[in-house]
Amino acid sequence: MAENVLHVENVTMQFGGVIAVNSLTMDVNQGEIVALIGPNGAGKTTAFNVITAVYEPTNGKVAFYHKPMVENYPKGKMKKLYAGQNSSAYTQSISPTPDKITRLGIARTFQNIRLFKSLSVFENVLIAKHMRAKQNVFSATFGLNAKEEARMRAETIALLEEQDLMHLKDEIAGSLPYGLQRRLEIARALATRPKLLLLDEPAAGMNPQETEDLGAFITQIRDKYKLSILVIEHHMDLVMEVADRIYVLDFGKLIAQGTPSEVQDNPDVITAYLGVDEE
Amino acid sequence: MKKSTKTLCSCIALALLVGFLLYMETLKTTQGMAVSILQKGAIFSIAAVSMNLLNGFTGLFSLGQAGFMAIGAYVTAIFTIPTEKIVAVYYMNGVSEGIMSIKRALSFLPEPVLVLLALIAGGLVAAGFAALVGIPVLRLKSDYLAIATLGFSEIIRALISSPQMDKITNGSYGLKNIPGFGGENGLGCLLVPFGIAALCIVIMVLLIRSSYGRAFKAIAEDEVAAEAMGINLAHHKEMAFVISSFFTAVAGGLLAMYMRSIEAKTFQVILTYDILLIVVIGGIGSVTGSVIGAFLVTASKEWWLRFFDTPLKIGNFQVPLLRTGFRMVIFSLLLMAVVLFWRRGLMGNREFNWDDIPRFGRWVKRKFTKTPATEGGERNG
Ligand SMILES: Nc1ncnc2c1ncn2[C@@H]1O[C@H](COP(=O)(O)OP(=O)(O)OP(=O)(O)O)[C@@H](O)[C@H]1O
Ligand SMILES: [Mg+2]
Repeated sequence: MAENVLHVENVTMQFGGVIAVNSLTMDVNQGEIVALIGPNGAGKTTAFNVITAVYEPTNGKVAFYHKPMVENYPKGKMKKLYAGQNSSAYTQSISPTPDKITRLGIARTFQNIRLFKSLSVFENVLIAKHMRAKQNVFSATFGLNAKEEARMRAETIALLEEQDLMHLKDEIAGSLPYGLQRRLEIARALATRPKLLLLDEPAAGMNPQETEDLGAFITQIRDKYKLSILVIEHHMDLVMEVADRIYVLDFGKLIAQGTPSEVQDNPDVITAYLGVDEE
Repeated sequence: MKKSTKTLCSCIALALLVGFLLYMETLKTTQGMAVSILQKGAIFSIAAVSMNLLNGFTGLFSLGQAGFMAIGAYVTAIFTIPTEKIVAVYYMNGVSEGIMSIKRALSFLPEPVLVLLALIAGGLVAAGFAALVGIPVLRLKSDYLAIATLGFSEIIRALISSPQMDKITNGSYGLKNIPGFGGENGLGCLLVPFGIAALCIVIMVLLIRSSYGRAFKAIAEDEVAAEAMGINLAHHKEMAFVISSFFTAVAGGLLAMYMRSIEAKTFQVILTYDILLIVVIGGIGSVTGSVIGAFLVTASKEWWLRFFDTPLKIGNFQVPLLRTGFRMVIFSLLLMAVVLFWRRGLMGNREFNWDDIPRFGRWVKRKFTKTPATEGGERNG
């Protein structure tokens, strides 16, 4: 079996009295495309936010290539309030800042596109190169990092060309049509050189043609950049097309998992989606 | 316009500016007002650009400027007041032995070197304070950050005038006999502040254009996305805060030299407000805007609007409202007009470019030609 890239274990995220994610356990292995699906409000984005350390989970653990990356147990106010399970399974608290997660090699896109709207397409991607550049504020200010700067720019241009965005280089990001903004956000995430890519509803706001192309695109970047991909998506056609495995969340709980065909026929999944409008 | 043409234009403009400053220096005695406005404009342009670095480019709404300027001003003053005059300055409380020994140790330095050293020292002390204050304060979000830094600035002011600091800051008596810019004949009285301002602003522009500047802009645009790009928020915010405070303190040091005597009252919140005004009028996120704003605001406050302060009698009729302080009312009204109708300031977040000149010409022409804006008219006008 392929090496384990991401291991999410008993993750519970509780906001006050609301349990947004309830004891979620899931894995992403090397080279896999894994889909996370579920009705609106199921807790999918919250799961992403825990993995990328935007939120500190109330309980549970996340490991990246077998190394614990995020871990927590109910403490402080949550000690009394905690309504989930496994409350005594974890004993240490590891809570990095999101930039550390990115540095480790996990990049993400956002459900409600978060580009640097008033900066150019080129700058949006170039910024992703900042964290790995060998420089300090002094050398950067006085141009002593000219080599690094040139390398960052060259890599940015190469990526924009690969992603077919070069002709938009000087456009202001916020002025692009929705579909292209999504593509730029993915390009920007790729620029951080991730090993694992998290995509939060990449098809949202895309037109039918763009959505149709997206499946091939996701597989293509997986192969080209040797990625593993975890994707949240509502478009079932797309999920069935690209996903190797699927996890289904409902009210924060995992209700099913397996290959697309296994999940498709699962009665729990059908119930969860029944009466829930897709899109 | 071609790049070489632009470079040529810039060189000519720079040469003209230096020539103009040299000429103005010779007129120091007759054109005192103009000279002092130019000096103050240069000083405030440093303060405004460094505020813009923080508020405009990094998106941190800090209002601690007056405090950092006070630190810079006091350090510069203590370093530069001539050793033979310092006992007279501190006649009430005496001078701290530490200060005296530093001054004696540095007495071999020629004055220009001492001044530079003093400005840098002021900047470093302020940067140190910023580094300490920044750790807790920069976690706060916008309005809270503004309130906390405002509070910091007032605490600095209170500290400076507190009796415990008498031997260092001369408490509430303030510091006098600070050497001004340039020598007796006025030589250097403009080139010195302009030179230092240019140096500071060039460094800040280089920073803004560097990889770190881009990271600052990313933080200003969207903190969550910036973090997702691997930018450490705490680290970068702290860096912007410390650098901005350094240059703010240099401006404070220059202000001390401009004023020749300072006291804690000089650095009230109103000073921060003045700088904020310049930044807003010039355009948040525009360096050239801040520079233009600094001179414009200084000139209008100190000079062009003076007219409103002098009582005027036409025949027997006393023109109402015109008396001391009225210019500030007019000034505030102008500010409100800018904020209401020209919200993005003079420059928005753009920088000056030589291409703007012909564009501006076309814009003026279009505004003032009566012909309806047909397609042909557009093309010609
Ligand atoms: N910061 C927060 N504070 C309080 N509650 C939150 C917070 N973030 C999410 N929630 C709650 O957690 C639940 C799950 O939200 P989440 O955004 O993860 O859903 P989702 O599966 O991504 O849904 P969608 O398909 O609509 O994007 C919701 O009930 C939401 O209100
Ligand atoms: Mg969501």
